[in-house]
Amino acid sequence: MISLPEIAYLLASLSFIFGLKRLSSPRTARSGNIVAAIGMALALAGTFILPDMGNFVWIILAIVIGTIPGWLLAKKVKMTAMPQMVSLFNGMGGACALFISLGEWLDKIYPDITAKMADHPPTIGFGKFQHEVAASFPMLLGIVLGAISFTGSLIAFGKLQGLVTEKPVRWPLQKLINVVVVLGILGAAVASDFTASLPSHTALVWVIVLVVLGLVLGVLQVLPIGGADMPVVISVLNSCTGLAAAVTGFAMQNMSMIIAGTLVGAAGSLLTLLMCKAMNRSLAKVIFGSFGGGAAAGQAAAGLGDKTQREIVAAECAVMMGYARKVIIVPGYGLAVAQAQHMVHELDELLEKRGVEVKYAIHPVAGRMPGHMNVLLAEADVPYPKLLDMDEINPEFEQADVVLVIGANDVVNPAARTDPGSPIFGMPILNADKAKNIIVIKRGRGTGFAGIENDLFYNPKTRMLFGDAKKALQELTTEVKAL
Amino acid sequence: MSTLAMIYIFLLAIFTGVEVIARVPTVLHTPLMSGANAIHGIVLIGGVIVLGKAGDNMVLFTLGFVAVILGTLNVVGGFVVTDRMLEMFKAKPVAKDNKDAK
Repeated sequence: MISLPEIAYLLASLSFIFGLKRLSSPRTARSGNIVAAIGMALALAGTFILPDMGNFVWIILAIVIGTIPGWLLAKKVKMTAMPQMVSLFNGMGGACALFISLGEWLDKIYPDITAKMADHPPTIGFGKFQHEVAASFPMLLGIVLGAISFTGSLIAFGKLQGLVTEKPVRWPLQKLINVVVVLGILGAAVASDFTASLPSHTALVWVIVLVVLGLVLGVLQVLPIGGADMPVVISVLNSCTGLAAAVTGFAMQNMSMIIAGTLVGAAGSLLTLLMCKAMNRSLAKVIFGSFGGGAAAGQAAAGLGDKTQREIVAAECAVMMGYARKVIIVPGYGLAVAQAQHMVHELDELLEKRGVEVKYAIHPVAGRMPGHMNVLLAEADVPYPKLLDMDEINPEFEQADVVLVIGANDVVNPAARTDPGSPIFGMPILNADKAKNIIVIKRGRGTGFAGIENDLFYNPKTRMLFGDAKKALQELTTEVKAL
Repeated sequence: MSTLAMIYIFLLAIFTGVEVIARVPTVLHTPLMSGANAIHGIVLIGGVIVLGKAGDNMVLFTLGFVAVILGTLNVVGGFVVTDRMLEMFKAKPVAKDNKDAK
């Protein structure tokens, strides 16, 4: 006989699969999210009617305490800060898995030990060892994965929020230290299993060591990675939490946790690979290497030493764009920071009224997250068909009279095509340099997020319009109106 | 439930997870990540079970209570943030008509 909670879990699992499926197509995405949320509510309701449950008042109180800040944070956060919000919530999930796995271990494994202390002489037996491994393995794994997700996500959040330096942090013997910590984790897990057959508290001490090392590993893994790679890191940590949820499901023998956690773990891993592919970075390079600061980047910068950037004023830009036949806008993180998406749409409409064809070239990793620019521009009511993917728009640059680069840098850096010594060599880029004229709106003369010099800015066809994206666009719009 | 059955489910879920999102366009990477982030908030129900079965064991009670708060943050925050992102993708037929009329 199937019980009511089991039916709820079954329906929830189906709704997660269905929801994910719908989330991967633009037309159905929003409903997919809602379907998944309904599944979550079902799973929760099913859990309430499990046998032997109590503490209902406390459960509801905890849910209310979690809902209020969760809701407010998610509703209030600016569109530009979405990536770090995802990371923050991901960290909460990781911490949750950590606490649950710890609770399960204390509940299922630890009492055995206490019982043994009463009626067994101290023995270290391999037979017992095997038994403990089968039962405790998912719990210990849940503890480690949850701990890594928790601190890793918090560091990623801090980096994107500007609380922790965005630059890759390096220290001596970095790799060796990481290896030691990983070995320490394996050692602590084995030790806790091995000592679990001893009638003493040693096993608990090892579990605590495990928690601490897991937390440390999360920090050590994310700190050395630069801000530009944070989207990939968040995606990795996302699947890590998914996996933590799945193994916790194993420990608790809960079907919906296994399915939902594994789905996210698998989908998240694929998503990570897709993101890496879009940036032409191998996952290993993201995790073990870092952008910028390399010798090659330094040389490239030195080689550019005697070249100049040519400045331009808004009025002149307005003339170039107002009398162009075709303008392609390349938005980047600078647009997001300046919250200039509405301004750019206004400019776009003005130009269209004058008969100029305006299109947007969206690099897969423009901004801090794949899809970041689409979300921002959609917020400003830019029609969806005007946003073109890199592969669609790249052949069109040659016909464009003006390319307007707004706060984008690395995604239009020709070094990715031409300079094998550049750290971004091989990354697919937008061929902005093929256009007849290039206008770059940029806050200052500094290098981009990855810390690499950009040849495009020294191109004889390029004019630099220095200033905050929003202000510069405002001036441009005024000037276009006055034409 | 036998361990073997759980491993079967685990393996099948891996294939499902990969297949289901295999053809996602780049524009949806971020919302999809965020939606998946909300779904692993399923750990919430693990927290509810720990707290619900803690009885008067103070250690389990505390762990469960904190876990439920954190899990709820993950679920609520995750779904709401995703919905806000996807709100931006709603179809705008009017704008499209204008373009065609040009």
